[in-house]
Amino acid sequence: MNAALLPSSIIGANPDAPEYLLAVDALTVSFDGFKAVNDVSFYVDPNEIRVIIGPNGAGKTTVLDLICGRTRASAGSIKYKGQELTKLTESAIVQAGVGRKFQTPSIYDDLTVFENLEISFPRGRSVFGALTFKRDAQVRDRIHEIAETIFLKDQLLERAEFLSHGQKQWLEIGMLLIQDPELLMLDEPVAGMSVGERIKTAELLNQIIVGRSVLVIEHDMKFVEDIAHRVTVLHQGKVLSEGSMERVKNDPKVIEVYLGH
Amino acid sequence: MFGEYSLGDLSSIFVMQGFAGLILFSVYVLMALGLAIIFGQMGVINMAHGEFMILGAYVTYLCSTFFQNHLPALFPIYFFLAMILAFMASGALGMLVEWALIRHLYKRPLDTLLATWGLSLMLQQAYRSIFGAREVGVELPSWLIGSVQVTDSIEIPINGLFVMAVTVLITVGVAVLIFRSRFGQQVRAVMANRPMAGAVGIDSEKVDRYTFGLGCGIAGVAGSAFTMIGSTGPTSGQLYIVDTFLIVVFGGAASLLGTIASAFSISQTQSTLEFFLSGSMAKVLTLLAVVGILMLRPQGLFTLKVRR
Amino acid sequence: MTNPIQSLTKSVTVNDNPFMKPIEWLSLALLVVVILVVLPATLDAFRLNLVGKYLTYAFVALGLVICWGYAGILSLGQGCFFGLGGYCMAMYLKLEASSIENTKIQSTPGIPDFMDWNQITSLPWFWKPFQSLPLTLILVIAVPVLFAFVISFAMFKRRVGGTYFAIITQAIAAILTILIVGQQGYTGGINGITDLRTLHGWDIRTDSAHNILYFVNGGLLIGCILIAQFVKKSKLGRILVAMRDKEDRVRFSGYSVAGFKVFAFCLAAAFAAIGGAMFTLQVGFMSPSFVGIVPSIDMVIYAAVGGRMSLFGAIWGTLLVNWAKTSFSESFPDLWLFGLGALFILVVLAFPNGLAGIWREHLEPRLTRRVKALRAPAPAIIPQSAPAE
Repeated sequence: MNAALLPSSIIGANPDAPEYLLAVDALTVSFDGFKAVNDVSFYVDPNEIRVIIGPNGAGKTTVLDLICGRTRASAGSIKYKGQELTKLTESAIVQAGVGRKFQTPSIYDDLTVFENLEISFPRGRSVFGALTFKRDAQVRDRIHEIAETIFLKDQLLERAEFLSHGQKQWLEIGMLLIQDPELLMLDEPVAGMSVGERIKTAELLNQIIVGRSVLVIEHDMKFVEDIAHRVTVLHQGKVLSEGSMERVKNDPKVIEVYLGH
Repeated sequence: MFGEYSLGDLSSIFVMQGFAGLILFSVYVLMALGLAIIFGQMGVINMAHGEFMILGAYVTYLCSTFFQNHLPALFPIYFFLAMILAFMASGALGMLVEWALIRHLYKRPLDTLLATWGLSLMLQQAYRSIFGAREVGVELPSWLIGSVQVTDSIEIPINGLFVMAVTVLITVGVAVLIFRSRFGQQVRAVMANRPMAGAVGIDSEKVDRYTFGLGCGIAGVAGSAFTMIGSTGPTSGQLYIVDTFLIVVFGGAASLLGTIASAFSISQTQSTLEFFLSGSMAKVLTLLAVVGILMLRPQGLFTLKVRR
Repeated sequence: MTNPIQSLTKSVTVNDNPFMKPIEWLSLALLVVVILVVLPATLDAFRLNLVGKYLTYAFVALGLVICWGYAGILSLGQGCFFGLGGYCMAMYLKLEASSIENTKIQSTPGIPDFMDWNQITSLPWFWKPFQSLPLTLILVIAVPVLFAFVISFAMFKRRVGGTYFAIITQAIAAILTILIVGQQGYTGGINGITDLRTLHGWDIRTDSAHNILYFVNGGLLIGCILIAQFVKKSKLGRILVAMRDKEDRVRFSGYSVAGFKVFAFCLAAAFAAIGGAMFTLQVGFMSPSFVGIVPSIDMVIYAAVGGRMSLFGAIWGTLLVNWAKTSFSESFPDLWLFGLGALFILVVLAFPNGLAGIWREHLEPRLTRRVKALRAPAPAIIPQSAPAE
C-alpha cells in the first residue's frame, strides 16, 4: 500500500482553507544555548501520513517531545486543531487527541498485555475515576478487538515483559490505538524489527491510519517510501527540505547531507 | 528581634557568629563534599556517612590520648597525623563497604539507602561496644586554643581558622583531583556512561571503589574537625546526616561550587539565627527554609538544563 | 523480581478480576484467626497489649506497601503521620485528664501540666479543637492527611521523586521532631504527652480497656487491609505499578501522574495516622521518639521484611521484627542493633521481596506441585501455612 491509495487532492493541501490538523510555527528550543530545534515550521493535514527523516541529532525526537509537551518550547507555537499545545500539560495534550509512541518500546513490564491495554482505555483517568473503573463488556470487547489488530490476541494474559521486541512495539501501538487519537506520533516504529515483523507493521500502520493523521520518525527508507504522503527532512535542528518522497530524494541539499560526508 | 541592637552591634554579631560558625561550616563542607562525590557522582545514598565521619572523630580521639600519654613532646602536632589517619581509616572502611555491599546495589538506589542505614546501625553498635556509650572529648594542643582579636568587638577563634584552612586545602585538592587528574577524568567518564567507559578500557569497578573510598575518607577528615565543636558519641553522626543530605541536594547534586555555597548559606543562617533564637528554633527555621526552597526549586541552586 | 499484581495463575480468565483470589482469602482468614482468636487466647494481658502496640506499626507498614511497593515512592517520614495522628489523640486525652479538678494545684488550673510548668497561662489556640471528641476523631486523620497532601502536592507537581523525595521526607521528619522537642510548653517536649487517663470518661488504663482496644485495633487493621486491597485491585492499583515502571508512558496515556502519587502518599499517611492514634490509646502516651527519622526508617524495614509488595506480608513482617526486637533486647540488648542492621542488609541484598517473596518464589510453587500430585489420585486439602498475598 502507498500514498497513491489516497486522493491526491489531500496531499497538495487546500490553500483556501488552512484547516491544518497540526500547525508547527517557528518552533525553537535551546538547551543552554544549543539550539536543538531551530525555527522549525511544518503543517500536517487531516488524514496525512507525514514522515520526518534526518541524520542523527537532527532534532527529530525533540520535535515530537515538543509537540507532546515532554519538552517545553523556548519560542514558537504548536497549534493542534487551532488549540495551542505549548501551554498544556502532557495529559491534557493526550486528552486533546495526540498520541505518542516512544523510540524504545515503552510498556509496563510488570502488567499483562490485557492490563497494558486497559490502562490506555480512555475512561477513568482521574484518581476517583480510576478507583471506580469497572472492567465492563465495552472495555473487554475493545481490548479484544485491539489485541486482534496488533496480532497479540493469544498473549493477552502474558506479562508484557515476556513479549518479543517486535511484539512490544505492537503493544505500544495498540495502547495508542485504544486511545483513539486524531494525531498519532510514532518514533521509529520498525527499528530493531525482523523483516517479517516489518512487513506486518507496515500492514498494521496502513490499517490504523484511517481517520487520523500520523507523524512518523523513521530511518528505514524502504519503509518511508511505502507509507509516507509527505516527508520533512530535518538537519541540525532546521527544516532542510519538504515534499513528496520523490522530490526530497532528488533534492541536492538532502543528498549532500546524507552522502556528502 | 533585631530591634534592641544598633547597626554596629548587628554587623559585629553577624561577623562573630559567622566565624563561630566556621567550624560548623567546615564540617558541613567536608561531610557534604564526601557525600556529593558519592551521591552526586555515583547516585548512591549513603546513610552511613555520619558513621564514617564519627570513625574519623574516634581516630582523632585515640591519637589525642595516645600522644598525651606516650609522646607528649609531639602532642602539639598530633592533629595533623590524626587527620591523615582519620582519612585512611574511613577511606579503607569505605572501600571495604563498597566491595561487600554497595556494588551489588548500583541499579537500586533506594535500596542502597536501606542497606547503608543497616550498616549505620551496625557501626553505631560497634562504636558503643568499643568506646562505650559515653561521649568522649579531645584535648586540643595549646596553640589551637584562644582567639585573634581583630577589632575591639570582633574576635576569631584560632581553631576555627585552622579547620577552615584545612577545609580549603581539601576542597581545592578534591577539585583538582576531579577536574584535572587522570583519576578524576575516569570518575567522570564512568559516571557519564558506564558501559562506554568500560569499553574504552577503564576499570569501572576499581573507579567505583576508589570514588566511594575517597568520599568516605573526606568524611573521616570531617570527623577530625568535628571533635573541635562537639564531643563524640556512637550516635553523633546520625545528627548530621539530614543536614548534610539537604546541603548536597540544595547545592544541586554533582556541583562542587553549589555544595560549598549551600553549606555556607545553611551554616551561616543557622549560626546567625542561633544568636537571636533558641538553638532548636534556629535549626527548625533553617531547615524549613531549605525544604521550602527545594519544594519550589527542586533542582537545587546550581544545575544545567540538559537535553533528555 | 516476581510479578506483583497478577501472579502466575494462568487459569484466571480475562473476564474475572475478583476482589480477592482464593489464596488471598486464605491469607486474610489466617490473619484474622491469629490476631483476633489465637493471640488473645494464648497471651497474658501484658503481652497482648504489646502485640497491640506492634500492630499499630503495621498500619504504617501497610501504607508503605501501597506507597512504596506499588507506587515506588519511598517515604522516610512516615513517623510524622504516625506521630501527628498519635499527638492529635493524645491532645484530646490530655485535656480530659487536665480537668480543673485534677489540676487545681497548678498556678493555672485546667491546662495540661507541662504548660503550667512552662509558664503558659492559657490554652493555645491549636489545642482548643481537641476539647471535642468528634472533632478530634476527624482531626486524627485530617491533620496528617492534609500535611501529607501539602508535601506531596508541592513535590510531585514539580516531578520530584525517588531519592530526592526520600531525602526531603526524612528532613521533614527531623524538623518536626526538633520542633516538638523544642516547643516544650506547647507539646510536652522530649517527654511527649504523658499521664493520659480516660477517653470520654472511660478509663483506658485498665486491663479490660486494653483488651477492648486491642480488638478495636485489630478490627481497624483488617478494615485498612480491605481498603488497601480494594485500591490494589482497582485500576488505580495497576496505574500505580505502571507509573513505577514507566512514568512517562502513563503521562502520555492521558493521566496526571502527580494526582495518583499524591493519592498513594495521602492514603499511606491516613493509615499511619490511624495507627498512631491507636498507639496513643493502647500505650497511654505519645512522644517525639515515634516521630523522627529512626522510627520512620524502622517502619520501612517492617514492610521490607514482610515484602514490599504484599499487604499481608507487611503485617507479618511488622510482627516478626518487633517480636525479634523484644526477645533479642530482653536477652542480648547489645546485640539488637547489630541484628537489626544485619537484617536491613540481608533483606535488601538477598530477599528484596521479603517473606512474601520467599513464599511466592519457593514455597508456593512447591506446594502447588505437591497439591497437584495429590489431587491426581484424590482431592487434597489446600495447605494454609505461611504468610502470603
